[in-house]
This record gives sequence, structure tokens and C-alpha cells, in this order.
Amino acid sequence: MAGEDDSSNPMMEEMLYANGGDELSSSSSSSSSRKNRPIISGEQLDIEAYAGLYSGRTKIMRLVFIADHCDNVGMQTEALRMAYDEIKRGENTQLFREVVKKIDGRLGPDYGMDNVWSESIDRKAELRKEKLESELNSYRTNLIKESIRMGYNDFGEFYYAHGALGEAFKSFVRTRDYCTTSKHIIQMCLSAILVSIEMGQFTHVANYVSKAEQTPEAVEPSTVGKLRCAAGLAYLEAKKYKLAARKFLEVGPDLGNSYSDVIAPQDVATYGGLCALASFDRMELKNKVIDNINFRNFLELVPELRELINDFYSSHYASCLEYLGNLKQNLLLDIHLHDHVEMLYDQIRNKALIQYTLPFVSVDMRMMADAFKTSVSGLEKELEALITDDQIQARIDSHNKILYARHADQRNATFQRVLQTGGEFDQDVRSMLLRANLLKHEYNLRNSRKL
Amino acid sequence: MDQVESVVAQIQGLSSSVSDVSALHNYLKQVDEVLHAESTGLLPFLDQLDPSKHSLGYLYFLEACTSGPVPVTNEQASVLALMIARFISSCAAEQIRLAPDKFIAVCKRFKDQVLLLGAPLRGVAPMLTAIRKLQSSTEHLTTLHPEFLLLCLLAKSYKTGLSILEDSIFEVDQPRDIFLYCYYGGMICIGHKCFQKALELLHNVVTAPMSTINAIAVEAYKKYILVSLIHNGQFSTSLPKYASSTAQRNLKNFCQPYVELANCYVNGKITELEVYVQANRDKFESDSNLGLVKQVVSSMYKQNIQRLTQTYLTLSLQDIANTVQLNSPKEAEMHVLQMIQDGEIYATINQKDGMVRFLEDPEQYKTCQMIERIDSSIQRIMSLSKKLMGMDELMSCDPLYLTKAGRERQRFDFDDFDSVPQKFNT
Repeated sequence: MAGEDDSSNPMMEEMLYANGGDELSSSSSSSSSRKNRPIISGEQLDIEAYAGLYSGRTKIMRLVFIADHCDNVGMQTEALRMAYDEIKRGENTQLFREVVKKIDGRLGPDYGMDNVWSESIDRKAELRKEKLESELNSYRTNLIKESIRMGYNDFGEFYYAHGALGEAFKSFVRTRDYCTTSKHIIQMCLSAILVSIEMGQFTHVANYVSKAEQTPEAVEPSTVGKLRCAAGLAYLEAKKYKLAARKFLEVGPDLGNSYSDVIAPQDVATYGGLCALASFDRMELKNKVIDNINFRNFLELVPELRELINDFYSSHYASCLEYLGNLKQNLLLDIHLHDHVEMLYDQIRNKALIQYTLPFVSVDMRMMADAFKTSVSGLEKELEALITDDQIQARIDSHNKILYARHADQRNATFQRVLQTGGEFDQDVRSMLLRANLLKHEYNLRNSRKL
Repeated sequence: MDQVESVVAQIQGLSSSVSDVSALHNYLKQVDEVLHAESTGLLPFLDQLDPSKHSLGYLYFLEACTSGPVPVTNEQASVLALMIARFISSCAAEQIRLAPDKFIAVCKRFKDQVLLLGAPLRGVAPMLTAIRKLQSSTEHLTTLHPEFLLLCLLAKSYKTGLSILEDSIFEVDQPRDIFLYCYYGGMICIGHKCFQKALELLHNVVTAPMSTINAIAVEAYKKYILVSLIHNGQFSTSLPKYASSTAQRNLKNFCQPYVELANCYVNGKITELEVYVQANRDKFESDSNLGLVKQVVSSMYKQNIQRLTQTYLTLSLQDIANTVQLNSPKEAEMHVLQMIQDGEIYATINQKDGMVRFLEDPEQYKTCQMIERIDSSIQRIMSLSKKLMGMDELMSCDPLYLTKAGRERQRFDFDDFDSVPQKFNT
């Protein structure tokens, strides 16, 4: 394990300063470098470190999300306090009012409604808007394409900063008609993607990702990474976990912290790793995740995830599931992942169960229950569901608690199917002939009536 | 009366050769009105005719007699029924086929008499003979088929009814006949627990072409839902696309309680189903389908047990009782035993440990019987295919079809249009 660390990309190492050289048994590393990988630790989420990974609007939204979805009052207020501070640095008065309402005076007088601030911001915004409008109008009368584009772009950014996402999206999209180079197009797409992600409109995201990818000129590596992240998010949101996993796995190491207003590299590892576990088969898992040097760098940021993927691959399901259980609480606080955690976990668990039984002719269910840290009767229920869904070809010997693989007798099955198909054909043709005759009869009847 | 005597003489004279009989037929058509006018006094003359030799004449006389007022007393009815039954059993098939309308009228009257006497069983055998004599081939559906099946149903002699249901029917005189035939046939098969066949017949009713919805189809659809639940454990609410649009649009609305029953069944919760059945008991009872509904409920146990055979190799009776929601292991044992006896599952019960061991289907498809069965299936399907081809050819030579098809084709594509259909256009 330690050997793998050395191969990590120099760019990454910067961010990894804490686990650069340590002996990676995951327990020791999680304490020594918790600050750097807060999302994923088994303990309570370190909100400050978490928030440090992001910038811009997403930071605020994530903090608000945590406050909304967390039962722990201390964490709630902590998250709201940080959100409050962050908003004060920006210009979004609407969001400010919402957060203040959520704080509800719990953080003392320093974190109350600051009317002076918000009014001055609103006034400034009004002025800035007028200025932008007059600028844009003059550009438009002069018909200078590049200036008009810039004008709309400024408008988009202005609206974005003030939280008017719909207007921002419209303004960014309007720049499209004035784009002259593919660089402009990419910029337009990235802005549109950013706003759409904030709006939760993931169909737009997918659209603009494909538009950006269609530009003829070569795109910068970091932009490619951003686009893949965005596409991955869109697929994740659409519950297409396999495609999402592929996109996240393709993200290059150049991404770094450059996309922190959407996603942190830790998230790439988490999202990609979990989606891959849930949807890939063993071969794909080995080739595309474990042997993927690019992605390994991301995984280093979240050692628990790397451990659990390795555990899964080497069939140490108990420890794998234990890691997953530890992570769950914090993953549920992730703005993008929380809707999918349950489903992904179920799929991963089912996959593990299926993979466990696959190589055996018979499995002792007591041992299997041990391996999965569950009771025999609970395991029996799970297996029953999987067998009914035809995902495991086996039958349960409930008396001796043994699972026997079932080998379909092809010859018998073929005979059975042939007889069945024959019977169906027979019946279909007969009723068809009958219907045809009836139709003919009716036709004749109508004709004879006409005469 | 003199006229009637001369008719009798004609009949006696003209019943030997084929040409004579057809001449007689023409003559009888002319005097039919006279006979009807004299209907009350005709009975004595019947003695002068021999039903086996003078079948056609006898038929005309009999029809005229029975078209009159209904006999009042049971005794009279009994005498009349006996007479018709004798005639049916001894008449000559070639002769009565000349006047199928008369024959059918007589048979229907016969059925009425039998029902009046409250002894439907008396009508079953003669009616079967009547069908065999009247139909030109076993594929031909006569108007008597549904009447016969009704008698079978009322007399509860389902076996006799099955004998006629085994023939596949392709030719139909009246659409109404096929509806009733299939509906009654379905009920007979249900009575005999041949659910597969019943499903097929009811399916025919539901998917038969119809321009307006009819009560027979509605009742058949109700039973179709129930039988498909009993037999297949599932029911798809959408009809196949070859069903008439009328049926697709309307049938479901008439059978709402049944569709809901099917939805309830799919959930697999026996208690929910029982509650639903209790709540809608009146509706099922008024449709006299309550018995079938009860069978649906008990079939759910079977479905659930059957599902267990797919997942388990051994399972204790207690566990079976728990998963299938039966009250006691004893009850579970009875269900499993019954299913083993009926050949629905393959299993052995170990009473000592209270365990059930599910086995695979022991059929190896190696026995002579199996090969014979497959061979006969192949033969049957080949003959069916031939029939289908024949029908297709016949259809492509049908002038009516060609004019219609030709006209439509012309509208779409002039180049493709060949001159054949034009000939028929004139």
C-alpha cells in the first residue's frame, strides 16, 4: 500500500502533504490527516475543513444543505455561521435573508439581520445594473460583437453573484450568438454548466457538456476535467451510475482544485468510486479503477474509499461494508450524493453478495453471514430476494443453511421451452383463424345488407 | 285435412333418391304455410311417416306442430320431448341438412321443453347427436352448439360438454353463436378445472371482433380476469392489440372490481386480498362469481409456495407457513401435499423434522411418451400451418379483398399498382 503512494502525481502531492510519506494503515492516517480529507472520515464531519474545499456559491449551498440535513445542533449552527460569513463576503442578499432566518438568533447578535449591509448591497447592485445596461446598449448600437459578448457575460456574472440564477443562465446563453472562437464557446458552456448545476437543471448540464466537447479545437486539460466532472454529475443525478462512474474515472489529475466552485477532487474520488463499485463488474473494477493511475491519485485523497475498493476487490466484504457504514453518515450530508446513497449502497451490497456466491458450488450461509456481518436469517432474506430477481442462480437449503448453486439443464430447458412455444403457437393460430373468419363473416354481412 | 293427407302421400313417395328429396324440398316449401295453419291437427299424421326414411317431411311436420302454442301440462311436454328426441336420433343427416333452419327451430323447441320439465340431462345426449348430424365438419359451429353447452352446464355434465369443446372451431354461422359458445365453453372448462382451455375460450370472446360492447363479452372478461389469476398468478390489464378497439376502450370500465382485485393480487399480500374480497363480496356474489373469487384467493397460497420452490432447496413447514401467511405448519403441510398430488410442485415432506425438500422437475424428456407427444404436437402444428397458408391464399384471391386492397394501394402508389385488382373493380 505504501508503495503506491510514491507513484502519486507531483501536482497532487501538494494537496496531499499530510499523507505523502506516512505508513498507510488507514486508521492511523485518518487521524493524522483528517484535516485534509474531512468528508470521508468515520467521525463527525469537520465542517471547516469541508468548507475549505469549496469556493463560491456551492460552498454556501453545501453549508446550508448540511444545516438542513443534520440532526446535530452544534453542527447546524456551525455550518450556518460559516455560511453567514461567506455570504457577507459576496453580494447575494436574498440568500442572506434566508440564512439569517435559519439561524434564528441562535448565534447571538453578531449573526442577526444586517439591514444596513443588505440595503447598501442592493443599492450598489441597482447602480451596477444600470451601468451594465447602458454599456450593453451602447455596444449593441455599435454592433461590436466581442463587446456585446462581454456585456452579456458581465450581466451573467452580475446576476449569478446576486443569486438570480435563471437570469444569469439566460444572459450566459445569450453570449452564444456573439462567440467568435471556440474558446468563447467553451467559456459560455462552462458558465452555463455552472449555473445549471446550481439550479439543479442537470439536463442543461448534459447539453452544454456535449456542446463544449464538440468544439473543434483542442481543449485545455483542466477544462476537459471540468467537463467530465459536470457530465459525471449529470449522469449521477439521472441515476445512470455506470456512465457517471466512467466520466469521473476519466477525470485527469490536472483538475486539481480548479473546479472548487463545483466539485472538490475528493468528491471525484467518492462519487466515482462508489458509482464504480455499484455498477462495474470485477474486470472493469480492476482495469478502470484499481489499475487506473490517474484515478489512484484521486483515491489517495480519500484513503478509506481506496481501502474499501481494494477490500471489495479482494473479497474482504466485512471490512468493506464496515468502511461503507462509517462513511454513510457523512455522505448523506453531501449535496449531490445524498439522494443516491441508499441506492448505491444497496447495489454495492447486492454486488458483494452475488460476487461472494459466484465461484462456489455450495456456500455455508453461516460463514457467509459472518463475512457480511449479518444474521443467517437476515442473509437468507437478502439471498431470497436476489434469487427471485434471478441475480443469483442458486437455491437455499434452509435446513442445513447452505446455498447450492443451480446449474440449469439446457436440454431440459430447451424441451420445456419448445413445448411451451408450440402450445402458444397452436393457440394463437387457432384463435387468429377464428377471428379472421369472424371478420370475413361480418364483412360479408355488411355487404349483403347493402345489396 | 285432405291437403295434409296429400302432403303425406307426397312425402312417402318422394323420399328415396337424392333428386326426389330435393323435389320434395321445393314442394314442402310451398305447402309450409298450409302445414302451419293446420298445426294443431298434425300430430296423428306423424305416425304415418318413418323418421329415418322420411326425415325431411317429418321435420316439416314436426316444426309446424311445435311452432304452435306451448303444451300446457308436463305430460304433454314430456311426450313432445320424447318424440323429438326419437326423431333426432333416427333422422337421416343428408335430409335434414336441406332445411337447417327448421331443424334448429325444432331443436330449440326441444331444449325449451326439456328445461320446462326441469330435466336438462334428458336433453344432453339428443342435442349432441343433433349437432353431429347438422354440422358439415367438426370445424363448423352450428347454432346448436351454445344450446348444447347450456344444457350441459345446467345438467352439470361437464364431461360431455368437453367432448365437443375439443374440436377446434373455424367456421361460424352467427357471431352471436361464437360468443355464447366460447362463454359457456369457458364455464364448462372452469367447472372441470381445465383452466388453460377455459382461458383460451374466454380469450376468444374478449378479443373477438365486435363493433359494440355486449354483455357476453363483459361477463367473459370478468371470468377471464379471475381464471388468469388462478392459472397464471398474474393478469395484464392491457388487451392484445388485435382485440377490437371497442373492447380495449370499454371492457375495463365494466369490470372495475375485478381489475382492482387483480391489482390487489399482484401485491402478494393474502390479508389485503381477503379484506378486499370481503368488502366487495356483494358485487362478486351478484355476478355469481364468488366461487371463482374464492378460488383466486386460495390460488395465491399456491403461487407463493411455487415461488419458494424457485429459491429454496429445503424449508421447514413453519417457515413456509410464515412466508405464505398460513396459520399453522399443519395447514402448510396440507397445501404442499395437495400441490404435490396435483403435480404442481415436486417435493418430499419429511414429517419427522417438519422439513420440505423441493426437487427439480423429474421429467427428462427421454421417454417414448414424451417423444410421441412432441411428434403429435408437430403434426398438429404442421396441419395448422397448412390451414393458415390455405386461408392466406384464399384471401389473396378474394375479389372483395382485392378491390379494397387495390383501391387503397392506388391511393398511395401508382407505380406499384398492378392491373389485377382493376379487373375486379368493374
